[in-house]
Amino acid sequence: MLRLELRGEMSRSMIYWSPIFAVILTFIAGIIMFTILGVDPLKAIVTFFIEPLNSVDGIAELFVKATPLVLIAVGLSFGFQANVWNIGAEGQLTIGALAGGGVALLFFNVDSPLLMPGMMIAGVLGGMAWAAIPAFLKTKYGTNEILTSLMLTYVGLLVLSYLIHGPWKDPEGQNFPESRLFHDAAIVPIILEETRLHFGWILTLFGVAVAWVVMTRHMIGFQIRVIGMAPMAASFAGFKEKHIIWLTLMISGGAAGLAGMIEVSGPIGQIVPVISPGYGFTAIIVAFLGRLHPVGCLFAGLLMALTYLGGDNAQIEMNLPNAVTGVFQGMLLFFLLASDVLVRYRIRFGKATALVAPAAATPPMAIDEEGA
Amino acid sequence: MTEQTPQLELEGITKAYPGVIANNNVSMKIMPGEIHALLGENGAGKSTLVKFIYGVQKADSGILRWEGQEMMVANPNAARKLGIGMVFQHFSLFDAMTVEENIAIGISPELAAGDLSQRIRDVSQQYGLPLDPSRYVHTLSVGERQRIEVVRCLLQDPKLLIMDEPTSVLTPQEVDELFKTLRRLSEEGVSILYISHKLQEIKDLCHFATIMRMGEVVDDCIPAEESPRSMAEMMMGANLVSPERQGKAEPGAPHLVVQDLSLASSHQHGVDLKNVSLEVRTGEILGIAGIAGNGQMELMEVLSGEMLIEDDEAVAIGNAPVGKSGPGVRRGAGMGFVPEERLGHGAVPEMSLWENAFLSGSKSMNLMSKGFININGSVEYAQNVVSEFNVKTPGVEHAANSLSGGNLQKFIFGREILQNPGVIVALQPTWGVDAGSAAFIRQSLLDLAAKGAAVLVISQDLEELFEVSDRMSVICEGELSAPRPAEDCTVEEIGLLMAGIAHEQETAHA
Repeated sequence: MLRLELRGEMSRSMIYWSPIFAVILTFIAGIIMFTILGVDPLKAIVTFFIEPLNSVDGIAELFVKATPLVLIAVGLSFGFQANVWNIGAEGQLTIGALAGGGVALLFFNVDSPLLMPGMMIAGVLGGMAWAAIPAFLKTKYGTNEILTSLMLTYVGLLVLSYLIHGPWKDPEGQNFPESRLFHDAAIVPIILEETRLHFGWILTLFGVAVAWVVMTRHMIGFQIRVIGMAPMAASFAGFKEKHIIWLTLMISGGAAGLAGMIEVSGPIGQIVPVISPGYGFTAIIVAFLGRLHPVGCLFAGLLMALTYLGGDNAQIEMNLPNAVTGVFQGMLLFFLLASDVLVRYRIRFGKATALVAPAAATPPMAIDEEGA
Repeated sequence: MTEQTPQLELEGITKAYPGVIANNNVSMKIMPGEIHALLGENGAGKSTLVKFIYGVQKADSGILRWEGQEMMVANPNAARKLGIGMVFQHFSLFDAMTVEENIAIGISPELAAGDLSQRIRDVSQQYGLPLDPSRYVHTLSVGERQRIEVVRCLLQDPKLLIMDEPTSVLTPQEVDELFKTLRRLSEEGVSILYISHKLQEIKDLCHFATIMRMGEVVDDCIPAEESPRSMAEMMMGANLVSPERQGKAEPGAPHLVVQDLSLASSHQHGVDLKNVSLEVRTGEILGIAGIAGNGQMELMEVLSGEMLIEDDEAVAIGNAPVGKSGPGVRRGAGMGFVPEERLGHGAVPEMSLWENAFLSGSKSMNLMSKGFININGSVEYAQNVVSEFNVKTPGVEHAANSLSGGNLQKFIFGREILQNPGVIVALQPTWGVDAGSAAFIRQSLLDLAAKGAAVLVISQDLEELFEVSDRMSVICEGELSAPRPAEDCTVEEIGLLMAGIAHEQETAHA
């Protein structure tokens, strides 16, 4: 029988090693998978993980894809550390994109430097508003935020669908369900010529730095960590759990909303039926892969972005199905969780039951009575 | 010389957990009919040894002989078949089932067959353990619940009965009853392994004591020939300093005042507080005795501000009502708290000591500027706590859960006391704490009161309350008896109040 036995003290360095093991194991499993599929595994791995990065443009693309992932993951990790499980970042991203994009459409042809900040604020507020619903329901009625935030994602997608099929449809768009293209003032500036790398990446790096300081040095981060690790100790210290629920949902919702706004006003440039290929959900993996640490989220976000690029590349170059991307992301999370289990527990083999049995070399009772 | 075969003999039992040796080469003998005390501070390895005997855990090496025969006890079932019964500190009973049903679940089907309730009655009569098989468990007192566990063991005709801290939940009168039963069992030849750190009880009850410290057997003695103090010193391996009051200061004005407080408990199976009134004056220690689960937790929550109440006036510090204010405001008003649960309530287990120092001292010790944590200041504060309160730790960057119970409790006390509180409220201040740390903590409570603070100690440990209190009162089923000067109280009176027997007369006073 197989048993899991709790290890004594957990090795601190292993907590950071386990994501690296997970990546290595994912590679190995990937090689096995490609071999079984009858694809040259080495070529597939190169196509998937190396080729996307061998040009400036490729690296710029990596940052473009990583921008929403990192931004959302950093926001989510605040909540996850406080045991507030916002699973609806995808919906908050969508509403943020609509709010930010809505400002762009409302002030169409207004050429003001204030437009971009205005759109960003609208994006953040949009995401926050969507996250406010689960926050309100949880603090007021004790509703489970996992369900409410997740279900609101589908509502958000329907709102998007309604707007671009109706009121926000491009009047000159030949009836395609898309908004008009944003004008120049409503497009996030490009920071590297000839690529799609935009200012959003700078914002993301800035967000990582701020989150790091807040998490480790500020009372807000301290309260979040205490609530997550020991809720009773938090109430002992007088930290208010409801405030933290609101705060973390506002942070994660706002970050997701900003990410959505950056997507529509950056790489996309208009509001389309599909704004995100599931960034809001993938960011959950990113957050955990990054150990809920802002810098960890940065690296994990880059890795996840690479799986998107690699998936596209493998589709084009090797005719592999797009599902490969999902398979890699899934394997990564699976191996991470498995490594985590093994950091905490050791596996023991052996039977757990045996009835009373005299030990093998039992001397007869009579011999035992030496003092008689 | 004829030597009897020991009922149970252990030889060289060793068990290591990752990072700690819980039992190192432990040997002992228990003779038939002997009441054998296993004595030691928390973490001395008593539980590990008992788990081995009862088949819950395997040892790395060592031999167990049962009636002279070498055995391997693979699991608790096997232990029961041999005739080893155990009464755990925490009961495993189902509230919604009757006594008989609970007993039937815990024994083998063959034993449960037939007229079980008659046999329960017989056993309980024979050993003076009154128990009605048809009663539901949730209607029973803690003492009665323990009887279920004892009767369950006795039905199996044990030859060795293991009791883990059996008296921690009993009133003094209930303890006497239990001892009568145990003595009768001993006369009938049943061996009893009695685990406790209550030294007076061991002196009264046990024939022989094995003393453990840090996983090893360090000594043994005949308790009747020792004093509680000498046994405590054997247990600690050091001289025990009992707390002393330096010149009794006259108590001043009431500083912590609770007035006619009633509150429905927010916990499942909790206890409602009923018309609780109390006053703690500056410079005095008020002790509140009571069996666990009589409203102590609820009272503590109301005092600490973790549970807010409608009536702002019902709790006041000095003249300021704080009933509706949370813990932060109350700390600001000069209150300090020591909750019962050290890990997870008084301290965050995974956080470092300095972070835990910051946890309650952030405002009063000025460890925050513009919301940012002053790390150097927090580390310094934590280091002060460690040095002034004798906390044994390699450094304040180590996690709270790396400390032993006693050391962590000293740290928590130190953290609160160094904030110079005008009022301190402590629930079970020395629960599960080694004797040395307990004495240190009691001394620091006395010192704090001598400096003019109002101190409220809520505890199950009567010895402790008599040692530190100026006045005493008893909480029973959410009602508080009128406080009386400690020197006028006797253990018997307090015991009766704890059992709720004298409480009709008492409420008239309150």
